[in-house]
Amino acid sequence: MATLNINKKNYNIDADPDTPLLWVLRDIIGLVGTKYGCGVAQCGACVVHLNGEAVRSCVTKLSRAEGKKVVTIEGLSETNSHPLQKAWLELDVSQCGYCQAGQIMSAAVLLKENKNPTNEDIDDAMAGNICRCGTYLRIREAIQLAAKDQKK
Amino acid sequence: MEKTNNSRRTFLKSSALLGGGLMIHFTGLANFDISERTGTLGTPAELIELNGYVKIMPDNTIKIICPNPEFGQNVMTSLPMIVAEELDVEWQKVLVEMGPHDSVKLGSQFTGGSNSVRMYWRILREAGATARYMLVQAAAQTWGVPAEEITTKAGMLYHEKTGKKGKYGDFATKAAGVTVAKGVVKPKDIKNFNIVRTSKKNVEGTKIISGKPLFGLDYKYDGMLIAMIEHPPGFGMTVDSFDATAALKMPGVKEVFRQKIYEDGFEQGGFDVRTFNEVVVVVGKTTWEVMNARKKLIVKWKPAGDTKDTMGGRGGAREVVVPGELESSDAQYQKMQDFASKPAQLLRKDGDPETAFKNAAQVIERTFTAPFLAHNCMEPINFFAHVTADKALLVGPLQAPGWTEPTLSKILKLPADKIEIQMTRMGGGFGRRAYGHYLVEAALISKKVNAPVKLIYSKEDDMTYGIYRPMYTATYRAALDADKKLIAFHVKGGGIPEHPIHANRFPAGAVDNYLAEGWQIPSNITVGAFRAPRSNFNAAAEQSFLDEVAEAMGKDPIEFRLELLKRAKENPVGKNNEYDAARYAGVLELVRDKSGWKNSGTEKYSRGVAAYFCHSSYAAHVVDMVIRDGEPYVKQVFSAIDCGIVVNPDAASNMVQGAVVDGIGNALYGGLTHKNGVSEQRNFHNYRIIRMREAPKKVEVFFVKNDIDPTGLGEPPFPPVFGAVANALYKASGQRFYKQPYSLKPTDKPIV
Repeated sequence: MATLNINKKNYNIDADPDTPLLWVLRDIIGLVGTKYGCGVAQCGACVVHLNGEAVRSCVTKLSRAEGKKVVTIEGLSETNSHPLQKAWLELDVSQCGYCQAGQIMSAAVLLKENKNPTNEDIDDAMAGNICRCGTYLRIREAIQLAAKDQKK
Repeated sequence: MEKTNNSRRTFLKSSALLGGGLMIHFTGLANFDISERTGTLGTPAELIELNGYVKIMPDNTIKIICPNPEFGQNVMTSLPMIVAEELDVEWQKVLVEMGPHDSVKLGSQFTGGSNSVRMYWRILREAGATARYMLVQAAAQTWGVPAEEITTKAGMLYHEKTGKKGKYGDFATKAAGVTVAKGVVKPKDIKNFNIVRTSKKNVEGTKIISGKPLFGLDYKYDGMLIAMIEHPPGFGMTVDSFDATAALKMPGVKEVFRQKIYEDGFEQGGFDVRTFNEVVVVVGKTTWEVMNARKKLIVKWKPAGDTKDTMGGRGGAREVVVPGELESSDAQYQKMQDFASKPAQLLRKDGDPETAFKNAAQVIERTFTAPFLAHNCMEPINFFAHVTADKALLVGPLQAPGWTEPTLSKILKLPADKIEIQMTRMGGGFGRRAYGHYLVEAALISKKVNAPVKLIYSKEDDMTYGIYRPMYTATYRAALDADKKLIAFHVKGGGIPEHPIHANRFPAGAVDNYLAEGWQIPSNITVGAFRAPRSNFNAAAEQSFLDEVAEAMGKDPIEFRLELLKRAKENPVGKNNEYDAARYAGVLELVRDKSGWKNSGTEKYSRGVAAYFCHSSYAAHVVDMVIRDGEPYVKQVFSAIDCGIVVNPDAASNMVQGAVVDGIGNALYGGLTHKNGVSEQRNFHNYRIIRMREAPKKVEVFFVKNDIDPTGLGEPPFPPVFGAVANALYKASGQRFYKQPYSLKPTDKPIV
């Protein structure tokens, strides 16, 4: 039995310690905002925060998450008020939308660590997130918009 | 998401009337389950349905049903906008719900072929205008005033003379009983639009950015099991035997069994493509447990040999032999070269091309090739099924419910009205989810284990399953006379397993002597529609070729195309030319002007241009490329589009920008190869997808303004990106590129 703190709530999880956090979230707890895309840490659809760091939950074992603070897209803000969520809506970024939770979670760590990200910084921070619909231009713009909003 | 709701289904059935998805005469109230996805306005008990697309609540909340499945083209916003426009309601107060599969009330419900807005434009305008008409009649009866004197605005009805006014909700019950005679309902004058042609935000935007359950993989059902399929590792292979002893000992595993998909002689429809007819299924409690159990499963595979498929069709059933060869890419390329030199099927001929080529002062001949492409939707293939003795519920991501339901009906031996299909938001589609084999698989598994089941493909299962964009080649020839005038044009194209040629498209119609031919090589590698099928190859090959011809003629590539289009407009050659030459020229002129083609300041970029017509729309791009760290990088793009009326302009721009990014990615990196039948790419680690760093910094989108009924937009901007990238790459490197994916590696020699 492992205890996980997810979005400020504790959960007792009865699962193999090797189970990826992704499947704990989706299949056991029922938080499905974190997506399964590739399962091999290549696409970024499953990014969550582990003690404030962006990790790919598809390759993060339950045992590694134990005792740490996990934040998923559902816990990023209570009222969709995170500057990135607002910017995503303002610029109507999404097309199919499947990758966007992972994009936002990656961008959130970037913005926390870098208040004025350049294009290069964004390229680096977002390199692990694929969008098959090709919404990268708006993702970039939304990150820049959120950075401005954050400074206010 | 909602579970089975029999009362709802019964209600839908009982209210199904008339054709065209429009229900005029329905009267009465119905209890309607308001599912979670309809939003936050509480749970009103009553909804009055005016037709299949419009429901009005007593509190004046307007619910509009979206008929077509959403895969990112934003139809859940744009289609209801059309209804709301004619209904005359406030957009902000409209609730949108995805409709279930119900062809009687909601029409063809096909997402694909850039069809949604084009096909539903008139239907939805009529639906909205008819509902408004019914409300006006109801108010006229109640108030005892002439209907002509009643006006509407933003969900309200007014009679100026008497000062009477009321909400739509007050009259909805009475309106539902109004009979509408044919021809009395007139849609709005386009000039008075105030919703359509204004930018509205994605109605599911907030759910997407907050991680709400929206997709097939997110769907839950009480007692639901997870199933995964072990399909043969390569094309042309099948199951020999399997040993599940170890797999069955794994935690959470319920059953392991062999499953046949179609019985021998099953008559397949055009979208019943399935790659593997026998598979091994693992069913268990959770996804991870099933994934782990699969690792312990021992399956012996064997070559399937030549097999037979039975294809249904208007002319009756016919048998098609699927060759058993375990194919490899080198051999595929060799085979294409062999076929290219053989006689082919004549597709179109104008004038006397043979003589013109014989007498030409100069002949330019180039051969282009492109590999298989996998759709690589972000959400892997999945579907939920709950099949019992007398009915079936299926829920998940699907583009074409109307094509899959008859197949399910035959296979499950259930009448169509006992099969309920609900379409979730799709994590991408691009054509892949028009092929419903995975519903059949899920349904058969559910029936076998007698439980609700969700079938999930891993990314690897998905990428190696097939239903790819075909592998293509085409040889283009242009004949120039001594004055460097283009006197003849010849295209001969082929592919595995189909040829790419659109014989009646530009430059057909613009050249006196024209010849188009096609040939194809049968294969066991299955193919399917991939964002602008065939066009996505032709626009690469033809538009690069025209660039090279223009150069040989000493002409500017845009001016050269415009000259050909002028000819096609003023004095077209031949019949059945599919395109409107003036609209085609229009996008080229617009992109020329907006990009400042040849203006000073643009020299720092290697510029490439291309244009194409498909799905009734026109698109042209100018791409500005630089070489960065030894790799081509498209820094900015100008796009000009003519798709008639643009329903939702900002969302339409988003789609064009996405198509540009997708086009650059597939042109530069896309490709799937095989060795002995096995796909060499299995996941995103070795199938390169364009990423943030490679995306342009700017894509400026310009729409031609006209009042033509809207045509497609999901596909048309995609194909010409390939040609524009190839032409820019030539400017950047001094080298022409004939083989996709384009690469600056020195090994990339043209195949001529």
